[in-house]
Amino acid sequence: MTLSNMPLHKEAVITRVGGEGVLRCRLLDMGLIPKTKVTVCHVAPLGDPIEIRLRDYTLTLRKEDADKIEVSGTEAGIE
Amino acid sequence: MILALAGNQNSGKTTLFNQLTGSNQRVGNFPGVTVEQKTGAVRAVKNCTVVDLPGIYSIRPYSAEEIVTRDFILNQRPDGIINIVDATNIERNLYLTLQLIEMRVPMVLALNMMDEVRGNGGTIDIAKMSEELGIPVVPISAAKNEGIDELVDKMVKTAKDKALPRRIDFCESGPVHRCIHAVSHIIEDHAEKLGISPRFAATKIIEGDEDLTGRLELDGNELEMIEHSVVEMETEQDLDRNAAMAEMRYQFIEKVCARTVVRSRESREHSRSVKIDSVLTNKYLAIPLFLAIMFAIFWLTFSVIGARLSDLLSLGITALTDLVDLGLTAYGINPVVKSFVVDGVFTGVGSMLSFLPLIVTLFFFLSILEDTGYMARVAYVMDKLMRKIGLSGRSIVPMLLGFGCSVPAVMATRTLSSDRDRKMTILLTPFMSCSAKIPIYAVFTAAFFVRYRAPVMIGLYAGGILVGIVVALLSNKTVFRGKPVPFVMELPNYRFPSVKTVLILMWEKAKDFLARAFTVILLATVVIWFLQTFDLKLNVVADSADSLLAIIGRFVSPIFKPLGFDDWRVSTALITGFTAKEAVVSTMGVLLGTDAASLSSALSAMFTPLTAVSFLVFTLLYTPCVAAVATIRREFQSGLMAAGVVVAQCAVAWLVAFGAYNLFRLIL
Repeated sequence: MTLSNMPLHKEAVITRVGGEGVLRCRLLDMGLIPKTKVTVCHVAPLGDPIEIRLRDYTLTLRKEDADKIEVSGTEAGIE
Repeated sequence: MILALAGNQNSGKTTLFNQLTGSNQRVGNFPGVTVEQKTGAVRAVKNCTVVDLPGIYSIRPYSAEEIVTRDFILNQRPDGIINIVDATNIERNLYLTLQLIEMRVPMVLALNMMDEVRGNGGTIDIAKMSEELGIPVVPISAAKNEGIDELVDKMVKTAKDKALPRRIDFCESGPVHRCIHAVSHIIEDHAEKLGISPRFAATKIIEGDEDLTGRLELDGNELEMIEHSVVEMETEQDLDRNAAMAEMRYQFIEKVCARTVVRSRESREHSRSVKIDSVLTNKYLAIPLFLAIMFAIFWLTFSVIGARLSDLLSLGITALTDLVDLGLTAYGINPVVKSFVVDGVFTGVGSMLSFLPLIVTLFFFLSILEDTGYMARVAYVMDKLMRKIGLSGRSIVPMLLGFGCSVPAVMATRTLSSDRDRKMTILLTPFMSCSAKIPIYAVFTAAFFVRYRAPVMIGLYAGGILVGIVVALLSNKTVFRGKPVPFVMELPNYRFPSVKTVLILMWEKAKDFLARAFTVILLATVVIWFLQTFDLKLNVVADSADSLLAIIGRFVSPIFKPLGFDDWRVSTALITGFTAKEAVVSTMGVLLGTDAASLSSALSAMFTPLTAVSFLVFTLLYTPCVAAVATIRREFQSGLMAAGVVVAQCAVAWLVAFGAYNLFRLIL
């Protein structure tokens, strides 16, 4: 599963960060690295980009980029 | 003593800079790039300058801001670095800190927003964090001006003692550790020769910073050994180099935070932000609210506050001009000199100064939008729309401001974080029809389209936007080819704007504009005055039809024959429009020998509805006024680019007007 198709308000854990070049470095620098907990908390009115919460802050990124971040549900996330 | 102020965006860096320096600041650019460099004298300390480095998240060679930061620290060797960190969001903020520590410059960590952390019941063990990171740590609240004195004392002492950060291995033993040490060892001599910390250079080389690798002048054998060592690390760690380095840093940070930070259960500021966002980024309300806010700002600026101030200012200027006029007349000065002072200098500067209240009022509102955190939400909400023309949501506000006035619109692009987006937005802004063109539209629609006023007006505005979109799409394929900077942006908590920051920004923008008003713009208005006043033999003209300007107008008028209006009076009016768009109408009045009231009927003799459309389309798109061009020149740092904008806009205007003229000729 990737971050872009995570349901809202369900916590997930990053398993792999794809993408390349500037985008990938940017994602890594912002703390999106494997084993990080992340929650999708909002979708922009026009359906893209999305708002995610991680490491006590809020980040926005486009769906096509979120698609490159693989996640798996946490125990708290899968009910 | 030179200090550098470094930190993430939204960490309160600007607020701290303002607290450190007061209004005693100078704005310039880092050499060779359009990245703003602010310097100021630290208030409490003698001979101590602080340089505000751009807000960045990491040191990589990808953006001009990051390169500027790296090179400033490596080449200028500041005596100390103040690294400001948002304590409510400490993990991501410390990521930059670790890289700064590796650069081995005396450094102090300023833990900002400690009041929020404490207010939510969290704590940070300052002494322990200082011990873990090997640098002094000072808790502060920049917004409340708390802890600043202690921060300055610590920084000055650390810098005077030349106390470098303690050497710490952020990497635990393992493949990454081995790799960093192997690479450090290989490059040690090269790095030390350049005065760069080997460990910093090693991590950057592993991350693939080609620029830095080149500077170290490594030989083929050394490069091969480095690559071998990195590949070995990648296989052993089962992660590529960039992920491995990021993971190494974040693991260290998580360990430090586990030992020093007691997190609050919930942040009040965050829950408040979520509540505000449930309205401001609401699925149905977000866009209408954004448009309403923009409309309110426009209304307040152009109809209420800014307009009143403008009127007041021009009243003062008129009074002063009259006084000078009277004085000069009484003195019996040569009438040409009087005309130069009154019609050239005073009128020119006066019309430029009338921009000032608009700029100051607009930036008052803009800085509130920015400081509260709303601007980031606008970018979030509007991104999908703007992406269609190859920009990000951040560009929407400067572009909309273009409908008011291109000058503040171009100035507002300063907040865009990508150089490519900034340049492209500046190029597109003049296509948004500015409010100074409204008098031209009004006179012409009154003369030719009384029954279709609204459709013609809407058509003009829409036409400008449409041409802008076409230009954007074309420039994506040519000038701005290549990948845009990724849109990965923090949405900070909503905060109250600081009065000081707002005031300083307004002052800065006013100063910036005034400096230009009295140089480039004054020169341009004086040149136009000269051309209007003298004939070929440099005699003062009695009839404006004989002036140099009219001669130039006659000379260029054949260019407009294919557009249907080759009257020299029209081309002359268009030339004066370069000083300010309002001048187009007034010049036509003068040349036609009519007053404003009967101008419409006089125009009917010169234009047909068809050529009027052609003329309107041309004025909509042709060169921005001199104030806007001077602003563009300043933002591009290039006179050539500004000249290019003038030529390109005129060419586009001619082509589109030609198209419109012939299209309507066929239809009608």
